[in-house]
Amino acid sequence: MSDEPAITLYRLQACPYCERVVRKLHEYDLDYRSRFVEPMHSQRNVVKRISGKRTAPAIVDENTGLTMSESANIVEYLEKTYGEAATDGGVDVGDDREDADNGGAA
Amino acid sequence: MPEFDVVDLPETDHVDVGDTAPDFTRPLVNAEYWEDVSLSELTDDGPVLLVFYTMDGAFPATYMWNEIRDRSWGEKLTVVGLSISSAYEHKTLIEERGMEYSLFSDPQNGVAADYGVENDLDGMAGVSEARPAVFLLDGDRTVEYAWVASEWPDFPDYDEVEAAIDDLV
Repeated sequence: MSDEPAITLYRLQACPYCERVVRKLHEYDLDYRSRFVEPMHSQRNVVKRISGKRTAPAIVDENTGLTMSESANIVEYLEKTYGEAATDGGVDVGDDREDADNGGAA
Repeated sequence: MPEFDVVDLPETDHVDVGDTAPDFTRPLVNAEYWEDVSLSELTDDGPVLLVFYTMDGAFPATYMWNEIRDRSWGEKLTVVGLSISSAYEHKTLIEERGMEYSLFSDPQNGVAADYGVENDLDGMAGVSEARPAVFLLDGDRTVEYAWVASEWPDFPDYDEVEAAIDDLV
C-alpha cells in the first residue's frame, strides 16, 4: 500500500460527468485511484461522508488536502492546480450547480 | 446425504500447500464501493483467507458465506471472496448476508484459471466459474492450507479451515 495515488476519484460507471474528469486527469498524466459507487443515491454513503453530498463525480486530492464535487468545479480545479497555467495552487472554486446523477440527463 | 453418487469434478493441478499463490489485481467490492486491489496488497497486511465460490445467487454462495460470516474469521485475518459475479451483484450479496468481508469480481474467470480451479458449467454455454476452493495464505502469499472442491457441489470442511487459521495466526 506504499505508492498509493494521491488522487481518489469517486465515480459511476458510464457517467459522462465522471468521464469528463477522467479525461482531464489523463490530460495532465495524473495518477489516480478509481472508486466506483452505485447509481442509486441512497447507496452512496461513502461519497456523502467524504464530500457532504451524494453526487458523483467527487475527488479527494491528498496533494492539496482538497475534497470536491461537481465536474465543472473539479475540472477547473485540476486546470488551475496541474494545468500549464498552474500558479501557486490558489483555487477559485466556481459555483456551478450541475448534478451528475445517473448520467442520463446530460 | 443423497442416495446416489454426487458428480465428481475432474482432477486438477491446482495451487497447493507450499506454493506461492499467484498475485492478481481485480475490483474488490465492499459495502460501499469497489476499486482495483491486488492480492499482495492484502497479504502485505498479514494472512489472508482467499475463498473461491460459485456465482452470487447460487445456493452454495449463500451457504458458504453464511457459515464464514457466523464463524467471524475476519477477527483473526483478512477474509476475501472471489467469484465471476459483477461488482453490483457482490454489493447485493454483502448487503443480504450482512457480512464484513470484501469480494473480488472476476467475470472472465482468469484468476480461477491461474489457480487451477476453473469449473466449466454444464448447461450454461460459454460460462466458466471458479470451483469452490479455499486458500490460506501467509504474509508472503505462501499457501499454508488449501482445499479445492472435488465434487459438484462440495463444501469446505469449516472446522479444518478454522484449525489451519488458528495454527497460522
